[in-house]
Amino acid sequence: MNARSFRIGGIHPEENKLTNDIVTKVAALPKQAIFPLSQHIGAPAKPVVQKGDKVKVGTMIAEAGGFVSAPIYSSVSGTVFKIDTAIDATGYRKPVIIINVEGDEWEETIDRSDKLETVEAHPELTPEEIVNRVKEAGVTGMGGAGFPTFIKLTPPPTAKAECVIINAVECEPYITADFRLMMEKADEILIGLELLMIAAKVTTGYIGIETNKPAAIELLTKKCAEKFGGSKYSVEVVPLKQRYPQGGEKQLVDAVIRRQVPAPPAIPVNVGAIVQNVGTAFAVYEAVMKHKPLFERYTTVTGKKLQNPGNFLVRMGTPMKDLIDACGGMPDGDNKLLAGGPMMGKALTSTEVPICKGTNSVTIISDDEARRKEPEPCIRCAKCVGACPMGLEPYLLAKLSEVKNWERAEREDIVSCIECGSCQFTCPAHRPLLDNIRLGKAKVMGIIRSRAAKK
Amino acid sequence: MNFILIAVIVLGAIGLIAAVVLFVASKKFAVYEDPRIAQVNELLPGANCGGCGFAGCGGMADALVKGADAGSIEGLSCPVGGTDVMGKVADLLGMAIANGEPKVAVVRCNGTCEHRPHIAEYAGLRTCAAIHACGAGETACGFGCLGCGDCVAACQFNAIHLNPETGIPEVDDDKCTSCGACVKACPRGIIELRKKGPKGRRVFVSCVNKDKGPVAMKACAVSCIGCGKCEKECPFGAIAVENNLAYIDPEKCRLCRKCVTVCPKKAIRDVNFPTPPPAPKPKEPKVEEAKA
Repeated sequence: MNARSFRIGGIHPEENKLTNDIVTKVAALPKQAIFPLSQHIGAPAKPVVQKGDKVKVGTMIAEAGGFVSAPIYSSVSGTVFKIDTAIDATGYRKPVIIINVEGDEWEETIDRSDKLETVEAHPELTPEEIVNRVKEAGVTGMGGAGFPTFIKLTPPPTAKAECVIINAVECEPYITADFRLMMEKADEILIGLELLMIAAKVTTGYIGIETNKPAAIELLTKKCAEKFGGSKYSVEVVPLKQRYPQGGEKQLVDAVIRRQVPAPPAIPVNVGAIVQNVGTAFAVYEAVMKHKPLFERYTTVTGKKLQNPGNFLVRMGTPMKDLIDACGGMPDGDNKLLAGGPMMGKALTSTEVPICKGTNSVTIISDDEARRKEPEPCIRCAKCVGACPMGLEPYLLAKLSEVKNWERAEREDIVSCIECGSCQFTCPAHRPLLDNIRLGKAKVMGIIRSRAAKK
Repeated sequence: MNFILIAVIVLGAIGLIAAVVLFVASKKFAVYEDPRIAQVNELLPGANCGGCGFAGCGGMADALVKGADAGSIEGLSCPVGGTDVMGKVADLLGMAIANGEPKVAVVRCNGTCEHRPHIAEYAGLRTCAAIHACGAGETACGFGCLGCGDCVAACQFNAIHLNPETGIPEVDDDKCTSCGACVKACPRGIIELRKKGPKGRRVFVSCVNKDKGPVAMKACAVSCIGCGKCEKECPFGAIAVENNLAYIDPEKCRLCRKCVTVCPKKAIRDVNFPTPPPAPKPKEPKVEEAKA
C-alpha cells in the first residue's frame, strides 16, 4: 500500500491500542448527569431550564450563548437538581447543570429506529437545511477541540471549499473509539459524509485512515465503492502512514491533498479543505436524519493497568468514575487520569468530571509510566526541530517564553504551535518544552488580541 | 607634493560642506526637550521597575513634567522612592507634594500544607503560571497560592520569599516598594497592594476563594466561606461579601479587629499588632490607639 503522510516532522509513539477488538458496549445510565455549559470553543451556553424542571432525553437544557457557541441537550430524563459549579476538564469549577436521572424517556421527535435513512429519500435536504439542523442539534467537533460544526460548514466569503476530508486518523495512542465507530457504523458515516458534502456544496470527499487500521480501510473502501461508485461524488479512502500528529487538521490536509495551510489566522478552508472528524460525520447523520441532538458519543476507556478496558457508547454527562468502575475500577497505586489520549489529553484531578462532547477517551496511565524524568540542559541536538510538524524551533520558543521575550516569540511564530507535544516527547534531555511554549503562546495570543482590539 | 595638497583640499571641502549641512539640520530639525525632564529623571531611583505604571523612570519623568505644566502631578507617585523622592521632585517642579499613603504587597492566602491537603501531584514545569494553566493544582483550591514563587522571581527588591515551612510567600515590609511586579506575576491575583497601615498594622482577608462555603471548606481549613459574620460585625461598614468572598476595604477599616475575632474560619489576619485581637465580647475599641 502506497501510504501518504504529512511532510514536516512528526513522531511515532508506541500505539497501545488495547481496545481495538473490543466491541462497543452501551454504558449504563448514570444516577446523576452533569452538563458543563462550556463544552465547545466559543461562548458558554445559556441555561434554559430551572431547578425542578422535568427533562426528557433530547430536551434542550442550554441554548447557544453567541454566534460561536452550541446548544446543549440533556442525555437523560429526569429532574434538574441544580444549576451550580463543578470541576470540568479544565480542572476548575465551572457552571454546570446537574440532572437527577429518572427512567429513560426520550423526546418523541427523535427517530430511535435502526433504519438507514438515505439522502435520496429526503429531497427536502438543501445545504441550508442541513447546516441549520446541524446547528440546532448542537453538533461540535468530536475529535477533541470542539469547534461548532455549522461554522466550519459555512466558510467565510473569502474562501471556497473544494473538498471534505473525514478525519479518521486516530493517531493518538490508546484511543480506539473512532475505529470502533467505523467498524460498527460505516454506512451512517458515509451518509454523514454525503450530507457534509451537500452542505459544503462540494462533490469531492476523502477519508484519511492510518494503516494501523487495515480492517477499517478495507471496509470503508468497499462501502465507498458501493455507495458512491457511479454517482456524482468522488470519494476516496486515503491510507496514511502512521505518524503523530496526523490527526491535526493542518497535517491531515497536507497528507491528503498536499496543500499547506498558512500560519494563523488561516484555517484549512483557506486552501479548500473542510476537515471533519469521523465521529462528527456520524453525529451529523444522526442530527439530520434521525433528529437526534448530540448527547451521546463513542468513548474509549483504557489503560494498561485497567482490568477490562473497553469502548463505550456513553451518554454525555456521565461521570468518568462510572465508566472506570465499569472497567474494573481505578487500578491500585498512583495513577494519572487523562481526558483524551496520552499525547494531547488533559490531566484531571477528579474522577467526577463528566464525559463531554469532545471526550474521545478516558486514559489511565500508571505512576511509573506517567512520571517525568528530571530535565537536563539543552544540548542543541535539534531533535525537537526535526519533530515539530509545524516547522517551528521548539527549543527556541521554549527559551523565549522562559525569558518572556514576547516580541521575538511572536516573530518566531509561536502562535502556529498546535501543542501536539512532539518536541517534548522527542527531547532526550526531558526538557519541559511544551509547558513553556504553551504559556508563551497564550501570552502572545493575548497581546495580539489586545492589539487588534485597540485598532 | 601635489597629491597631498589635493587630498587636503578635497577632504577640507567635504568637511566644510558636511559641517554646514549638519549645522542647518541641527537648527531646522531641533526637538526641544524640557531640561526639567532630565533633572527629574536624575532624582528618580533609576530602577526602571515599572511600579509607577510607566515603562521606566524616563517615562515617569516625562509624565511628571507634563503634569506639572498642566497644573497637577496628582496620581503620579514613585513607589520605590516614596515620599522622599516625590518631595524632591515636587520641589523641583514647584508643585505640592503628591503624597500617597505607603502601600505594601499583601499575600492573601494562608493555605499552608497543614491547612490545605494535597489531592494530586503535579510533575510538569514548576512555575505558578504553568500549574495555573493546567487546573486547580495539587490541592482542591482553584484560587489559592501555587507556591512556585513566580512572585519571588518577579521581585527586583528581594522583598518576597517563600517560607519553606508553609510554602506560601511572605513579604518583607521594609524592603517592599509596592511596585506591583508580584501582583502582575501571580496568575491567580492573590497578591494585593494594600495600605501599609499605622506602624504596619493592617487587617485583611487572607483568602481569595470564591467557591461556595461547603466547597471552599473542603478544600482548605482556613478559607473564607462567605458566611458574612464579619460583614455584620464590622461597625464601620468596611467589609463586603461578594461571590462568597469577604473583602475589607482598607480605606474604611479602622483596625478594631472585631472581624478577626468573629471569623469562624480564621481567614482574617491581623499583622503587626502588639496584642491579640479582642476577645469575643468586645471590650474597649482599639480605634484610638490605632489612629495614633
